[in-house]
Amino acid sequence: MTTFREEHTGTGLSEREVGTSLSGRDVGAGLGGRDAGSVRAVVSDAVASDAALVSVADLRVSFGGTEVVRGVSLSVAAGECVAIVGESGSGKSVTARSLLGLAGPGSRVDARSFDLSGRDVRGFRPAEWRRLRGRFAGLVLQDALVSLDPLRTVAAEIGEVLAVHQVVPRVRRPERVLELLDAVGVPDPAARARQHPHQLSGGLRQRVLIASAIAAEPKLIIADEPTTALDVTVQAQILRLLAERKAAGTALLLISHDLAVVASIADRILVMKDGRVVEEGPARSVLASPAHDYTRSLLAAVPSAASRGTRLSDGTPLPRRTLRSSEPFPDRASTPSGPLLGGEPSLSAQVLAATALSMSYGPRRVVDDVSFTLHEGETLGIVGESGSGKTTVARLVLGLLEPEAGQVTLHQRQWSGLPERERRPMRQRIQLISQNPLDSFDPRHTVGRLVAEPLALPRRERRARALDLLERVGLPAAYATRHPRELSGGQRQRVAIARALAPRPGVLVCDEPVSALDVSIQAQVLDLLAEIQAEYGTAMLFISHDLGVVHHVSDRVLVMKDGRVVEEGEVEQVFQQPRHPYTRALVDAVPRLG
Amino acid sequence: MTARILVPTAFLTLLALAVAVPGLLTGVDPLSADPLGALTPPGGAHWFGSDHLGRDVLSRVVYGARHSLSIGVTATAVAVTSGILLGLAAGLSPKWLDEALARSFDVLSTLPELLLALLVIAITGPGTVNVIFAIAIAQIPNYARVIRAQTFVVRHAGYVEQAVTFGRSRAVITAQHVLPNVLGPIPVLATIGLGQAVIGASGLSFLGMGPQPPAAEWGAMLAEARNYLRVAWWEALFPGAAITLTVICLTVIGRRLQHRFEGRTP
Repeated sequence: MTTFREEHTGTGLSEREVGTSLSGRDVGAGLGGRDAGSVRAVVSDAVASDAALVSVADLRVSFGGTEVVRGVSLSVAAGECVAIVGESGSGKSVTARSLLGLAGPGSRVDARSFDLSGRDVRGFRPAEWRRLRGRFAGLVLQDALVSLDPLRTVAAEIGEVLAVHQVVPRVRRPERVLELLDAVGVPDPAARARQHPHQLSGGLRQRVLIASAIAAEPKLIIADEPTTALDVTVQAQILRLLAERKAAGTALLLISHDLAVVASIADRILVMKDGRVVEEGPARSVLASPAHDYTRSLLAAVPSAASRGTRLSDGTPLPRRTLRSSEPFPDRASTPSGPLLGGEPSLSAQVLAATALSMSYGPRRVVDDVSFTLHEGETLGIVGESGSGKTTVARLVLGLLEPEAGQVTLHQRQWSGLPERERRPMRQRIQLISQNPLDSFDPRHTVGRLVAEPLALPRRERRARALDLLERVGLPAAYATRHPRELSGGQRQRVAIARALAPRPGVLVCDEPVSALDVSIQAQVLDLLAEIQAEYGTAMLFISHDLGVVHHVSDRVLVMKDGRVVEEGEVEQVFQQPRHPYTRALVDAVPRLG
Repeated sequence: MTARILVPTAFLTLLALAVAVPGLLTGVDPLSADPLGALTPPGGAHWFGSDHLGRDVLSRVVYGARHSLSIGVTATAVAVTSGILLGLAAGLSPKWLDEALARSFDVLSTLPELLLALLVIAITGPGTVNVIFAIAIAQIPNYARVIRAQTFVVRHAGYVEQAVTFGRSRAVITAQHVLPNVLGPIPVLATIGLGQAVIGASGLSFLGMGPQPPAAEWGAMLAEARNYLRVAWWEALFPGAAITLTVICLTVIGRRLQHRFEGRTP
C-alpha cells in the first residue's frame, strides 16, 4: 500500500478557509508552488476522460492514530449522483473531503488506489491539490453563512473563482457571474451580485455557494449536507437545482444524514457506519430492500405517517395512552414517583387553551390571531418554517412572554396576563423541552442537581427522585454526578426530559426537541416521549419544522405561516388532504423514501 | 510552573507571612527608636539600615506590609462586593434605573482613580478607614461594568428561563443561577485591582492621608524618608522596592490568570 500524507501548518481549517482553499488561494504560508504544466495535464485529462471521475480503493484516513475512515472504496462517473449516508461520526464528511485533499490538519490518508479523473493523486503537493480543486471538483457545505466571506459581495466571491482558474477573460467576468447566478435560480442577479451574504436568505446563500462551486465548471460537485440547515420548501428547490446540474452532466457526490433527501436524487447509495461502508448499491434497491441491519434500522427510524403508533427504534407497538385526570393544583407532599394522581378518568379534560393570541416585535407581527386547545393525553403538533412564529407561540403559552392580545388558560384557569406572583404556583404544570438542552442547563451543575432543581422536597428525597427520573429516561444513576458537557446529544436530551418531568407537569411544550439529533437517536427520544405520554397522560405541544416527526407523534396539527394558522385539523386529514395551498406546498416538498 | 510564575508566587507568600506573623521575619520592634543609632547604613545589626529616628527599616518594612496590604485588600474587597451588587442591580433593573447606574459608572471612571480618592478624602478627612473607602469607590466602576455586561448575557440564558418555568422567584434565580455565572472574570480583575489598590493606599499615605505616624506604612515611610534621601538612600529604597515588587507580582499573576481563562465560558 502506498502512503501519502497531508501536512497542514497551523491549528486547523475553518469552514471559510476550506472554502477559500477551494477557490485556489493559499491557506498555509510557504507552500511551494510547482510549474503549471503538470497541473494543466490533470485538467485536460479530466476533459478527455469519460470513465470514472473518482476511483478510490481502500481509502483510510486517521487522525493521530485513530482511524476514522477504514477502507472505503468509491467510484463516481460523470453525470452520476452517488450519495454517502451515515450518522455523525460515521466518517462520511472526512471521506468526501479527502477527495479534495482537505481531510484536515493532522490527518493521514492512505489508499490502495486513488485516482481523480484518471490521474493518481497520491503524493500530490498542496499546490497541485489547489489547482485541482475548483477545476475538478466544487464543494458545497452545509452552512453557507460561514462558508461565504461576510465582507465580500456575491460578485466578488464568485468572481474570485473565475479569476483564479482563469475561466473567462477578465472583461467577461461580471457577465459570467450574472449568468452563474441566473443558472442557480437567483432572482434579479444584478441586484443580488452587489449584496453581502448577511443580506441574503439561507436558500439564496446556498444558491450563491453552489454558483461559486460550479463557476470553474468542475466535473464533480461534492455537496456536504447541502440542505440540512434549510426549510423544507427551500430544500426542495436546492435539490432540484442539484438535479439540474446532474442532468447537465456534472457528477454529484452527496453527503447526508437524511435518507429521504438522497432518495430523490441519488443513483447509488453508500451507507457508512464507523468509518466503513456497510451497504452499497443502486438507490432504489438500498431503500426498498436494504440488505444490512444497520440500513434497515436507519430506514425504520425515520418517523413518518406509516410509523405512527409504533416504536421507531424497534418497530414494536407503543403502549396505548391512558388518560388520567391530572390534579390541576399539585400537592407537593404527594407520593414521590409514579403516575399522576389517579381519579375519575375524564376523557376530554382541556389542559391548555389559547384564544386569539397576537404578538409583535416592532412593526412585525410574529403571531397573529392564533387559537388552539390541548386536551389531556393529546399531542398537538405545530409545523411551520423558520420565522413562522412557532417558537413565539411556545413562549406565550409558557408564560415567558405576555401576549399583546388574546389569552391563554392552563387547566381552565387564567394563565396569561397574571402578575408573576400569582402565576408562580402554577408554573410547574407546564414545562419546556427545547432544541438545545445544553443552553437550558446551568453550566456549573451536575446532571443530578439539574434534574432535582424543580423539586421542592427535602434533600434526600430529592436525590432519590432525581435518580428515579434518570432511570425512567434510561440513564444509569452514575450519570447523576456528571456534567452535561460530557454527555452525548441524545443523553442530554434525556436529561432535559427527566428534568421537565420532575414536577409532573400536565403539559409538555417540546420546541424542536429532536432537530439536533441523529435519526437513530431521534427515534429513541421520540419513543421515550411517547412512552412517557402513555404512562403519565401528559399533554404535549410538539413544535417542529419536520413534517415526518410531527406526523409520527401528533394527534392534531396546526400549520403556521407568517404568524398565522393557515390550516388545522386531525393530522391524517391535514397531511393527506391538505386544503390550504401552503400546506400542500409543504407536504409536496417533503423528500420521501422510495 | 515556570520561574515567571514561581518567583511572584514566592514573593507574595513571603508577604502573606509578613502580614500574618511578622515576628517570624524580624525580632525587632518597628516602633522602638534609638536616636543614637539613627541613619545607620545597611549591614550588621540593621540589614536594611536604620531610619532618621534609629528605627530598624527591615522591621518597619515587614510590619508595614500589614498596613499597606490590609488597606489594599480591604479596599479591593469592598470594591468587588459593591461592584458586583451594583453591576447585578443595573443588569437586572428596569431600563431607566440601569441607564442611571451605568452613566454614573461612566462618570466615575472618567476621573483618574487617585484624583477621585483624594476628592473623597478631602470630604471625609484622613484616616485608614477613609482611605479604604476612597480607594474602593474609585475602583467600583471597574467591577460594576463587567458584572453588568455579564448579567445581560446570563439573564437571557436558557437555564434562567427554565428556572422561571419551574416557578422560582426572581431572588432565588438571581442567587442560584445569575450570580454564580457572572462571577467568572472577577478573580482576574481583582488580582490586578489589588495591585492598583496597594499603589493607591501607599500614594494616599505618602500624602499623609492614611495611617498616621508613627505607624509603619510603606507610603508614609517613603514620605518621611524623602527628607533624608541625600544621606540615607536605604530609608526610601526598601519601602519603595516593597511597593513596586508587590504590584509587579500581583499584576504578573493577574495577567497569567487572565491568559489562562481567556475565551472560556464561566
